[in-house]
Amino acid sequence: MSTVNGAAPRPGFFARVWGFVVELWGVLVRPSSVFGLGVLVMAGFVAGVIFWGGFNTALELTNTEKFCTSCHEMRDNVLAELKSTIHFSNRSGVRASCPDCHVPHNWTDKIARKMQASKEVWGKIFGTINTREKFVDHRLELALHEWARFKANDSLECRNCHSSESMDITKQSPRASVAHQRFLFTGEKTCIDCHKGIAHQLPDMRGVPGWQ
Amino acid sequence: MIRKTAILLLAAALVAGAGSLTAQTLNSGLRGPAPLNEEGAAAPMAPNKNTAEREVRNYPEQPPVIPHSIDGYQIDLNGNKCLSCHARARTAESQAPMVSITHFMDRDGQFLASVSPRRFFCTECHVPQSTATPPVSNNFVDVDTLLSRAAPGGRR
Repeated sequence: MSTVNGAAPRPGFFARVWGFVVELWGVLVRPSSVFGLGVLVMAGFVAGVIFWGGFNTALELTNTEKFCTSCHEMRDNVLAELKSTIHFSNRSGVRASCPDCHVPHNWTDKIARKMQASKEVWGKIFGTINTREKFVDHRLELALHEWARFKANDSLECRNCHSSESMDITKQSPRASVAHQRFLFTGEKTCIDCHKGIAHQLPDMRGVPGWQ
Repeated sequence: MIRKTAILLLAAALVAGAGSLTAQTLNSGLRGPAPLNEEGAAAPMAPNKNTAEREVRNYPEQPPVIPHSIDGYQIDLNGNKCLSCHARARTAESQAPMVSITHFMDRDGQFLASVSPRRFFCTECHVPQSTATPPVSNNFVDVDTLLSRAAPGGRR
């Protein structure tokens, strides 16, 4: 018998939470009677720096090839395919890893992409592409998303490294130089229109414009 | 007794011969200075030709060779990178030569609407060209040269 006669009965869980919230709000809106304004401002500043630094560090941690390929879906499918392409190993030793092409470098665009990627976390948890067969079945859909994204931002991630301004067409093969002058420099097409499937294998291309 | 001496002499000759053979290095144009019992260093790989110029065919039926690089071109069930320029509908934009009409024929000689499955895999016949100098020269003579040899002064 823990309850003593005459004492009020213990309130329910939600009532207790609500009581705590009301009390907390009261503390937050009351001016401090212990700390000086300068101390509060400095503490807020330091806490802000720590929070912001921590946030960006965590963000950059999710923006590495190591993080991306920690899932077997990425490691066994798309990374394995990337390894034989020029974006992985080449004469100058510059590697474009996953986020170089798949995450915008600009901060606001990056945050927007990261929010979209929460859908991919959902897919990971529920195993949407957790076997090779499922991945191959979804391959066209996944590729269409990326092509649409590149088309919409004028192949921004390509242009982070390859800019048409610094492109020396005299150093290119005759075919490439003619094509770039006709289609790229005139703005008629963007990189992804012609350069599909350069870093990963192509899905079933029937019905994709320009393909058989 | 004579027989025993002969065997001994033959054995000595064989040993001496084998010794001089192993000491020898065969320096042929194909092998280079590598000894016969060693593999030798691989020659550096020559880059492929990468132009848009057509090459002459050695005989009329020859599949034209590919004058440009095809590194990373995917040709499989999912897609055919070659056809994204050489298909009939793509040639205006790409200015590439169209695949020959023979590629539209099935095995019964009937023309299909697009490239026949048996002609889909381009690199079964068409190949890119290396810039390496061949170690063995080729003395192939085309039929025009052969005919003009047979009839001095030329014959057409």
